[in-house]
Amino acid sequence: MLYINCPHCGMRSQNEFSYGGDASVKRPELNKEVSNQEWDNFVYNRKSLRGKHLELWQHIFGCRQWIKVERDTATHEIFNTFKADEEVT
Amino acid sequence: MQKYSIFNLVKNAFSNHKNWDLAWKDPTPKEEYDVVIIGGGGHGLATAYYLAKEHNITKVAIIEKGWIGGGNVGRNTTIIRSNYMHDENGLFSEFGMDLWRKMSQDLNYNVMFSPRGIINLAHSDAQMNAYARRGNSMRLNGIDAVLLNREEVKEIIPMADFSDNVRFPIFGGLMQPSAGTARHDAVAWGYARQADSMGVDIIQNCEVIGFDVSAGKINGIRTSRGNIKAKKVGLCVAGSTNILAEKLNMTLPIETHLLQACVSEPIKPVLDNVVTFGAGHFYVSQSDKGEMVMGGDLDGYNSYAQRGNLPTLQHVLTEGIAMMPFLSKLKMLRTWGGIMDMSMDGSPIIDKTHIEGLYLNCGWCYGGFKATPASGWTFAHTIAQDRVHELNAGYSLNRFSTGHLIDEKGLGTKTWIS
Repeated sequence: MLYINCPHCGMRSQNEFSYGGDASVKRPELNKEVSNQEWDNFVYNRKSLRGKHLELWQHIFGCRQWIKVERDTATHEIFNTFKADEEVT
Repeated sequence: MQKYSIFNLVKNAFSNHKNWDLAWKDPTPKEEYDVVIIGGGGHGLATAYYLAKEHNITKVAIIEKGWIGGGNVGRNTTIIRSNYMHDENGLFSEFGMDLWRKMSQDLNYNVMFSPRGIINLAHSDAQMNAYARRGNSMRLNGIDAVLLNREEVKEIIPMADFSDNVRFPIFGGLMQPSAGTARHDAVAWGYARQADSMGVDIIQNCEVIGFDVSAGKINGIRTSRGNIKAKKVGLCVAGSTNILAEKLNMTLPIETHLLQACVSEPIKPVLDNVVTFGAGHFYVSQSDKGEMVMGGDLDGYNSYAQRGNLPTLQHVLTEGIAMMPFLSKLKMLRTWGGIMDMSMDGSPIIDKTHIEGLYLNCGWCYGGFKATPASGWTFAHTIAQDRVHELNAGYSLNRFSTGHLIDEKGLGTKTWIS
């Protein structure tokens, strides 16, 4: 069982969350010319890192907020959680 | 190579079976090969076998980080089928079904192929319509499909829940009678033994550290056991594809996810077929030892852990019990997990890359085991001829850019959603 510390609600079990994928993916700016390669990278291409991975989760059976979770994809250790609009460096 | 036969079995009985040859050797890596296949799983071993057998290319090495057959070919639920709607998947898989039928003779190794039939259960009128459509598409591609009504399903699997007032009543199902199961380890070992006998070097405990690429062309690989020159390199590493792609500065339409399976304690024969639950994701068959072999959803988040998490298993088995209530009486014997190369449309990639001499075989999602022979056969063709075969032409890497996706399940890019 994963335990995820929701920045809004506190520590909850993974049963309350649903996964939303890689959080480092950025939608291309729409007010400029976007190449096919940029769209491919946004829609399809993923690094799928082994190790530290920043990802989106939704606290779907809680506050229903989207959050960012920094988790190790090899050990499943969770290092940190952030609000969705927090910039993570 | 010693042939496995009744006569050799009797002959070796006189020496207490102590004089059998090793099934494959343990060579030290040579300096150079014509083709290096990275990944000693089912697909890699099959690729090497078909390179030697169909294309006469025997200066081949298989480079495996651990031991052969230790990844997904040793961790699956052994289901073999070709019940796909889209032409690319249907024709490719049906070509594989032919190879499965001949495999034990072809490899001189009993892979225990058992065409016991697969039944996908339907739980609504809409689902019956969808199955009728899929069945018709299959039959147009020469694949056997039978649409069963409720009574016909009941005759075949009376132990399923046909009582009134169930949440997901069984309306009927789509059956592919020629689908089945096989002994998964034997597939890896059979391919390895034959490939080895034709001169392929199977190099285990050898990790790929990097690639030697210059002027857009592959020259070789760097491994934990030294540098190996190669004219051509094929990647067959399933869940580890992204790790190697990073070393090649490639970003692929693939995420690595965790999939669990489990077996119950062995019981007397109760289930003749493979059966899947249509209102969720659960499938079950009974092994020759009597264990109920079960599987279902991904754990649902990126993972390289090769071990599962209990909430998903509980969810999957809840579906199983809804379908066949007697399963609740069984004790669980083993659970295990493997890492899946989930592609962004749910279909695989067997293609050349932008690097000359580098070939890619990945994106197998839930369906890698049954594809083993067809994947090896078409990948060997792609490598040997330096062009894709018509069977894997649809499994191109650039289909994500051009929009020619093969989205069998209609899940879009989030194939890990359950």
